[in-house]
Amino acid sequence: MNHEEALKEWDLVIEPQSSLLQLNLKDVWRYRDLLWLLVKRDFVSFYKQTILGPLWFFIQPLFTTIIFTFIFGNLAGLSTDGLPQPLFYMAGITAWNYFADCLTKTSTVFRDNANIFGKVYFPRLIMPLSIVVSNLVRFGVQMLLFFMMIGYYAYTGANFHLNAYVLLFPILVLLMALLGLGLGLIITALTTKYRDLAFLITFGVQLMMYATTVIYPLSAAPAAYKWVIELNPMTGIIEAFRYGFLGEGSLTFQTLGYSIAFTLIALVLGVIIFNKTEKTFVDTV
Amino acid sequence: MSNTAIKVENLSKIYRLGEIGTGTISRDMERWFKTKVLKQEDPFLKIGETNDRANKGMSDIVYSLQDINFEINQGDAVGIIGRNGAGKSTLLKILSRVTTPTTGKINIKGRVASLLEVGTGFHPELTGRENIYLNGAILGMRKREIDRKLDEIIDFSGVERYIDTPVKRYSSGMYVRLAFAVAAHLESEILIVDEVLAVGDAEFQKKCLGKMGEVSKGEGRTVLFVSHNIGAIQQLCNKGIFLKNGMISEYGLVNGALDSYLSTVPLNNAIKKLIGKDLKQLHKNPLTKSVEFISSELISGDGLFHSEQQDIILILEFKRLNEIKLCRIGFGILAITGEYVGVGFTTNYLSGDYGVNEKYQLTIKNPGLAKGIYSVNISIGTGNAHENNIIDEVIVENCATFEIAYKNHQKELIPFWNPNSGRIHLNGIIDNI
Repeated sequence: MNHEEALKEWDLVIEPQSSLLQLNLKDVWRYRDLLWLLVKRDFVSFYKQTILGPLWFFIQPLFTTIIFTFIFGNLAGLSTDGLPQPLFYMAGITAWNYFADCLTKTSTVFRDNANIFGKVYFPRLIMPLSIVVSNLVRFGVQMLLFFMMIGYYAYTGANFHLNAYVLLFPILVLLMALLGLGLGLIITALTTKYRDLAFLITFGVQLMMYATTVIYPLSAAPAAYKWVIELNPMTGIIEAFRYGFLGEGSLTFQTLGYSIAFTLIALVLGVIIFNKTEKTFVDTV
Repeated sequence: MSNTAIKVENLSKIYRLGEIGTGTISRDMERWFKTKVLKQEDPFLKIGETNDRANKGMSDIVYSLQDINFEINQGDAVGIIGRNGAGKSTLLKILSRVTTPTTGKINIKGRVASLLEVGTGFHPELTGRENIYLNGAILGMRKREIDRKLDEIIDFSGVERYIDTPVKRYSSGMYVRLAFAVAAHLESEILIVDEVLAVGDAEFQKKCLGKMGEVSKGEGRTVLFVSHNIGAIQQLCNKGIFLKNGMISEYGLVNGALDSYLSTVPLNNAIKKLIGKDLKQLHKNPLTKSVEFISSELISGDGLFHSEQQDIILILEFKRLNEIKLCRIGFGILAITGEYVGVGFTTNYLSGDYGVNEKYQLTIKNPGLAKGIYSVNISIGTGNAHENNIIDEVIVENCATFEIAYKNHQKELIPFWNPNSGRIHLNGIIDNI
């Protein structure tokens, strides 16, 4: 009697091995309330006992922008494709932060939740999904700041052009979320056995930012290293993001197409590996 | 088969002992190569051994569960018993899908709610109310369901007043009350409960047991319950599974399973005389080990059996290592559940020289204990029950084990004492021999 047949007679069949593609997405849907409650938990617990509350979401990108403007803009004099420097950096930082938060937080999901996972069953995928959604709230708040800045520079008549490609925005957000999620899932699954990766990820993400077009435009990248930067799937996304909102950037359908393909592969691979690991990680973590 | 709720077939779970996670990439590669490419047997899954935590095995692989087969009918309340490490928790973990079995299969009919720990996922910063929702959702409830039951849950928990206070301000008792209240209101056909009642005060424990009884008897739901509290199992369950070293030793009516579990509990059952290393000595003052316990021997009884009227006579041998001129002997008799049924201290201090073996005979006359298995703890020190400064120099656990069996049934009156109402007579109990 195989798994499907057995399920007709029984509500639940527990077996040692199941096929790689049996992802139990139906189960994930059944637990959607938990997803929302976890997001609410993250949001509420973030600002409890703080004076500024959700304002803290503003402070980090704001200060990073100021520092980047000072160091990379004024001291190093890196090109910003003719855009106002704060606007250029803010666009890069906001988008990058969302991806980086999704990636770093999902990459420790097994370790952080080992206690809960060891005591109660629910579809494990709920946890990383809730992280991606929680970060979306934070990203939304930071986008508000970015919009305020756009408003300010539009008022002062600075040189940038909001254009129709801004309609790609929802797709870009989805891509960043799924890319962070997919890579994070792969890493968290591997860290249950090999803890080394946890160390790699913390500075790996920092280094990766410099291989992405956050502090410089792709057009200003040295030709010898340009292929490395283009190999980075986040480059296409950030360039498209900047092009839509600010009218400068290298948006080509090859780079964006590459980012989409990379994201989908990382996501599918991540979900499969995660799903395989979740069944036994309690014994190895 | 129609009313089978849980069917377990050939279930085994293997654990690798020792450290997992260092230097395993090469092992993993080797394993992958041998099993997937060469189609050989898994080199690291050597023939396992039975799971006995006390004996050091040869291989670093143990069967936490081995070839478990059983069926549980709908509406049964099944108590799972066994010594520490017998596989009880592993079994519950597999049934609750926290981990997967190595081999075998489990078929389950109905929704499973498992409670391996109370308050899983409680967030200290959130209020009681927020945590009810979060914890409920983690346990598998939908938001609507929680909305509907919220008042009932708060009422059951008895912490209405603090419901909008963050749970980090709760006392541990309140925390547990709230957590159990959520779990008690899960709507599931099968409820799995691990030793969770050990926390909370007596009143709340009673309430929990009552609720669980209601769940199994009143609502006809299936309950699996692990506990070391024999009384709770007896009260709650109609069936019992006795696990021993990862295998089912007995599965049947609860009393049968409990009897065979209890008969295995004292390991030193067969030994009447215990010497040196067999005795577990706790030195209360390890720096000045002043008393060394040498041996204890049970000389009364027919084997280990005593009838309810028979004296219990124990010979103790010890020596003083320092100059304590006066000391007294104390003893405690414990029921199988680990509860004391009685303690006694000698009032007359025993004088003696140090470095010389001293032998005493402890006699408990006409004990009148209830039927059952008992063990004896001995302490040697100064001070007795009437003085406040009791100082135990050494405490020796499990000096002797005996079983009270009612033998003379010809008597008109057969006493059936509850262990709590047993009594011991104390007069002239100690003799220097």
